[in-house]
Amino acid sequence: MAELDTSSGGGHKKGPGVKKGKKLSTRIDLTPMVDLGFLLITFFMYTTTLAKPKTMQINMPYKDPNITDTTKVKESTALTILLSRNHRIYYYEGIGSDATKPPKVEVTGFRAKGGIRDEIISKIKAVDALKQQGVLTAKDEATVLIKPDSTSTYEDLVNILDEMSINDVKTYAIVDISPVDQGFIQATEQASGVK
Amino acid sequence: MPKVKLPRKSTNIDMTAMCDVAFLLLTFFMLATKFKPEEPVIVKTPASISEIPIPDVDIMLLTVDPKGRVFFSIDNKGIRKSLISNINDERKLGLTNDEKNAFAIGPSIGVPFNQLKAFLSADPNEQKQMVTNAPGIPTDTSVTDQNNELAAWIQNARTENPKLRICIKADGAASYPSVQKIIKTLEGWKIFKFNLITNMKAVPTGTAAYAMEQSGKAK
Repeated sequence: MAELDTSSGGGHKKGPGVKKGKKLSTRIDLTPMVDLGFLLITFFMYTTTLAKPKTMQINMPYKDPNITDTTKVKESTALTILLSRNHRIYYYEGIGSDATKPPKVEVTGFRAKGGIRDEIISKIKAVDALKQQGVLTAKDEATVLIKPDSTSTYEDLVNILDEMSINDVKTYAIVDISPVDQGFIQATEQASGVK
Repeated sequence: MPKVKLPRKSTNIDMTAMCDVAFLLLTFFMLATKFKPEEPVIVKTPASISEIPIPDVDIMLLTVDPKGRVFFSIDNKGIRKSLISNINDERKLGLTNDEKNAFAIGPSIGVPFNQLKAFLSADPNEQKQMVTNAPGIPTDTSVTDQNNELAAWIQNARTENPKLRICIKADGAASYPSVQKIIKTLEGWKIFKFNLITNMKAVPTGTAAYAMEQSGKAK
C-alpha cells in the first residue's frame, strides 16, 4: 500500500451498451516524493543551525578627554601582558611604572599547560593570598593589562580575551603599548637570542 | 495438530502519512530558515568559549580580512536606502537612484567613497570581481580625520538606526593595528560596547570557567 489510492472504489454499474475502458491503476508510488521531502528537510536543518555564529562581548573603558582624574591600578594587583609577533607573549608583574626598577619580563605562549594561563591563575592566587594577609582590601582584584603591539594579530587578542573569561578575571583592559614596553620586548628578545 | 495459517500480509506500507509529515517539517524549516548573508571575503574567525549568540536584527557588521581590508554592511533594506542617500548628500557622490537601489539590495561595501559610484553601477558579477581588488574602507584612529571614511559610515548608520549593535568579524590573521583602528573609531563615537564574532570552543577542564559551567549545570 505504498501508493495513493485515488480510484473510486466500486463505482456505478454501467449499462450493457456502454463500452468498458481499460481500467488503469491510479495509484501513485509516493516513495520518491518522501525521499525528496526528507532530503530537503536535511538541507534546511543544516543551513538553519549552522548559520548562527557566536559573539564575544567587549566593553571598553569609557574614555573622555575631559576626564583626567582616573584611578590607578595598584602595582601588587597588576599583571601586564604584552602580545608580540609569532603569538609570543611577554609578561611581567605590576604595571612597570617605576623606571628605576625594571620588572622581570618573561616570555610564554598560548598553551594548555605551562602557558600564559598558569601565570594568570598564579596571579589570582597571589592576590587572594595578599588579601588574606590584609595587605590588600577586599575590594582589590587581580587586574590584567593587555598591551598588543603592532606585530600581534587579532587572533592573539581574541585568545587573550578568552583567557580572561576562562580564568574569570573580572578586571582587565586593552591598553595601548608604550615605548617602554616595546623596549622590554626588544631587550627580552635580544637576551634570549630571538630575532 | 492443526496448522496455524497466518494470513499473508502485504509488505507495502502506506506512505501518505509519512509524506505529510515530511512536507510539514519541510515547510517549517523553509519558513524558519534565514540564509547566511553573502560574505565579501572568506574570513576565518578565531575561537572563544563565549556562547552569546549574534543578535538577529539591528546589526552592523564590520568584516576585516587577513590583509586588514575593512568591509561594511548593515541589515534592513530600508535603512540601507536612507543611509546611502545621506552619505550621497554628505559626500557629494552624485549617485543615481538606480545606484542607491543597488546599494540597498547589494553586498557589503569595501571601497572608498571615490570608487563607490563605479562599484554600485557595476552588475553583481563585476562587483564580485571588484571586491577581490577592493582596497577596503579607509580607516584611521581619529574620527575627526576626513580620511576616516569608516567613521562617516558608522555615524550615518547610527543616526538612521540608534539601536544598531556593532559586530566585528575579523580574520584571526588580521594584524592588530587594523582592528585597533576600528576600535579607536568606535571609541571616538563613544561606542564602548561591541561584539566580536568568534567560533565556538570547548571550555578547558580544570579552569574557573569550567567550574562555573559545571555548577550552572548542577543547578
